[in-house]
Parts: sequence; C-alpha cells; structure tokens
Amino acid sequence: MSHKVIVPIGPYHPLQEEPEFFRLYVEGEKVVDIDIVIGYMHRGIEELSEHKHFDQVAFLVERICGICSSSHPYAFVLAVEDILGGERNVVPERALYIRTIVDEMQRIHSHLLWLGLAGHFIGYNTVWMWAWKYREPLLECFEAICGNRNHYAMSKIGGVRRDIGEAHIPVLEKTLDELSRASDMFKGAVMDDPVIQARLKGVGVLTHKQAIDWGTVGPTARASGVNIDVRRDDPYGVYDRVSWNVILQKEGDVFAKTIVRILELYESISIIRQCLKKMPAGAIDADIKDIPAGEGIGRVEAPRGECFHYIRSDGTNRPLRHKIRAPSYMNVASNKVAAIGQTISDTTITLAAVDPCYCCTERVAVLDKVNDKKIMNGWDLIKLSQGKTKQVRESLSAKPE
Amino acid sequence: MQETVAKFREKFSNQVIKSQEKSTRRQYIEFLPPDIPEAARFLFKDLNCRFATASGIDTPEGIEILYHFSDDHTGEVISLRTILTDKKDPQIHSIATIFPAAEWIEREIWELLGVKFIGHPNLKHLLLIDDWPEGKHPLRKKE
Repeated sequence: MSHKVIVPIGPYHPLQEEPEFFRLYVEGEKVVDIDIVIGYMHRGIEELSEHKHFDQVAFLVERICGICSSSHPYAFVLAVEDILGGERNVVPERALYIRTIVDEMQRIHSHLLWLGLAGHFIGYNTVWMWAWKYREPLLECFEAICGNRNHYAMSKIGGVRRDIGEAHIPVLEKTLDELSRASDMFKGAVMDDPVIQARLKGVGVLTHKQAIDWGTVGPTARASGVNIDVRRDDPYGVYDRVSWNVILQKEGDVFAKTIVRILELYESISIIRQCLKKMPAGAIDADIKDIPAGEGIGRVEAPRGECFHYIRSDGTNRPLRHKIRAPSYMNVASNKVAAIGQTISDTTITLAAVDPCYCCTERVAVLDKVNDKKIMNGWDLIKLSQGKTKQVRESLSAKPE
Repeated sequence: MQETVAKFREKFSNQVIKSQEKSTRRQYIEFLPPDIPEAARFLFKDLNCRFATASGIDTPEGIEILYHFSDDHTGEVISLRTILTDKKDPQIHSIATIFPAAEWIEREIWELLGVKFIGHPNLKHLLLIDDWPEGKHPLRKKE
C-alpha cells in the first residue's frame, strides 16, 4: 500500500461516550493545570461532506452525534436555505412546526440523559434510573413519528421527510403530561436536597467574563448569566410564534447549570404543546431541486448550545466547503478555566457539567506534578466523587436541626 | 442593516474592501489580513459580539479565512473575510491573544490548511496526531 494515504478531515464533536483526554496537573488535592487533548473521534466529516450531494449531506451530518441528531441536519438545511433565500421563504408552514417539535423533543431527551449521568457521577443512581425511565416513552414517540429512536432523518432541504399524523398527537401529549410531572419531581429532588446543594454549589464556577471570553454557548453560558439563545436571537422554525422564556442563572457553578437544564424541560414541553395546537394543515416539503452558487450560514440552538454550519456552493450538486462547529467545541475548551482550583473529587462533575462526552471523564488521568506519574484513573475519580457526596450527606445528617 | 454593523462600517470605512448583506442577518465584510486583529478586537470588545468560529477555505485566489461573529442582540452573523494570497506560506496575526475562544479554531486551521497564526500562544496539533508529517495539510485542494 502506498504511504500517500489521504486522511479525511472534519469536525470533532465531543459528546456522550466518546473519547477525549484530560490531563490534570495537581498539587495535593488541588488542580493547578489541565491539558485537554481531543481528536480521537476525528472522522473527517467536513471533507466527506464535500464529496456528497446536498441531499446526502443531511444524513451524513446527522451522524456527527446520536444525541443532537436533529440539530446538525437542521443547521445544515438552514445554511443551504440561507443561500436559497431563507427558511421562511422556502419551507412550507407545516414543516416549520414539525421541525420545531422534533427539535424540542430532542432537547428534552438530551437534558434527561445528562441529568441521569450527572446524578450517577455524584452518587445519585436513583436520579440516573428515574431520568432514563422518563426519557424512554419520549424515544418511543420519536420512533412512532420518525421511524427511529435516534437519528430522526426529519430535516431535508425545503421541508421535512415525514408528517406528524393525527394518531401521534394524543400519544405525544400524554407523554408530555408524564414528563411534566417527572420534571416537577426532578426539580424538587435537586432544589430541595441539601446534599446536592452542598455538593454542587460553588463547584466548577465559570464566571460571566470567562463565559464570554471563551465563547461558551447554550446552558453552559446561560448558567453564567450570559443572555444568549439562538432560538430567540436569530429565530428559526416557529420559535418567534410561541411564547417561552430563556432560562438564566447567575452563579456559573454546576448547580446553576443543572437548574438551567431542568427548567428548560418545562419550556420545551410548553413549546411542543403550543406547536401541536397551532400547527396548520398543508404540504411538508417544497421539493427543492437545485442549489445555486453562494454561501450561507445556518445555526440552531442544540441542547448544548449554538450549532453552527457554514456552506459554500459553486452551483454544482455538492458543497464546495462545509464548516461545522458543534457547541461542545466552545464549551469543552472552557474547562481550562472552570476546572482549575478545584479539588480532584469535584473535577469529574465539573468536566461533565458542560454536557460533553462522559467517556472522556473515564479517560482522566491524575498526575503527580513532581514525578509526572499517573496516580488515578477515571473510575477512581467517579468513586472519589461519589464518596465525597456520601461524606457530605453524613456530615449534614450529623448536624442538629 | 442593524446599528452594530453600521457602527462597525463607520469605524473601519477606510479599511473595508467589500461589504455585502447576503441575506437578512448575514453580513460579510472583507479586509486585508493586517487589519483583521483590530477589526476583531473592536467587534468583540466594543460592540460585544460573540466569536462563533472561523472557517478556512482553499480557493484558487488564496487561503480564505472567515471569522464569524454573532451579534446576539440583533441575531446577526457578521463574518470578516480575508484572503491570504501567498499559498506557499500563508500567515496572519492570531486573534487568540484578544480572546481565548479563538485558540482551538486557529490551531485547527493551522494544521488542516497550513496557515501560520503569528503570536498564537500554543500553536500545536488539535485534531491530528502530534507526529503528523510537516507540510501535509488535509483540507488543501489538489493543485
């Protein structure tokens, strides 16, 4: 075989169960520096995209991530529709509603997934089991509507691929009712629990200025008081036709990030309910054939923040350049400041709080700064983190009321 | 056109080569490479725009870099365009010294397209392995 192998190059998207490597430098218990090494999941999707025709690219970018698998194709079709004259001028009304509904269903399942894993990391395995239990009926709704639990293949240039049928609506509404009750339960479980508060408040703080300087997006930025949300700032779908709130917290710690995500569950549920009521009848696809030469930018608010796609077309049936920037690209980099100064046992949940891949935390190595020797691995860290919660719980219950 | 873009164009009226409003909320403003850091600093520090990302493209005219800024108050994306005509040794001043948000993407453009960012605090491989052969840039088009 020739040595001139062409290595395809593309975006990196650090999400659940994918590899990253954090190298923590510690002095005693305290983290003094951190190296973030990424690139293990580099699959060359940007380059691949230049060799596929526009219809295929939507399927390709869906596979960047199995959790935000509505956000990437949606941002891509928005970028192409930006060249065509804007989503509103191209896509039929009903399709706008369907896109919004699927996008919000995705946010609910993603936030529940994170909540479960965050619970697991601090030793609350019940929260983990609950969160994933309530996520399950939603995945079944996805299967009924899109034909698949993940990888929905809904967005296409000019519309959506499948309609939401009359029969789906009562099932989805019932699931939303259940989720609404479950959200109450989670809200209570997190906000009223002194152990969780003691464990998460003041941990992994990203200040307002740091959040801006590092360009963080989504719940990570909103938990630090940065008032941004693409759904409101640069509306797509029908987000400007339904009423909802951008959830903000000021503290910037892990607790604030948790609260933002839990409260966003309610907003998502409300958005879907309003869309189901307002959705008009009609076509779902504009049947676009040709993409003219030009350049366009599409962005959507993925569960983790702004997902950014840039497309340049030369009038052929393939993109000339396709730049993809996933939200975690900005958020993970900010761990460089959020994790420093923490104790080792708080690092796991701090790194996990931006909702990146969890596998990454299993790849953490703790190094003795003097000897540059590995002293701990990821599982040791999760155990340490869970152990700290136990200690906090015991010390709290020992205190007289 | 929104107020932010108007202010920006006024401030840099002598340096702007070309300015286009391609669609609602999408502005593309072209500069010569030496003017980029000052323009980026003004957008970030004075107009409070958020740095979204940058994208490098290998074109016949040179390596084109687009710096995408988001004005979250108006929902506009302001993209600063610049073209590095020397494709053999493209160089531009780093903007990672102004805000750390640009650190990773400059490393990425450096390794994938071979653009040297002068003054970057930590210009090393991000996505590719450390012993990646020098001078091979995967996103360069074939001559």
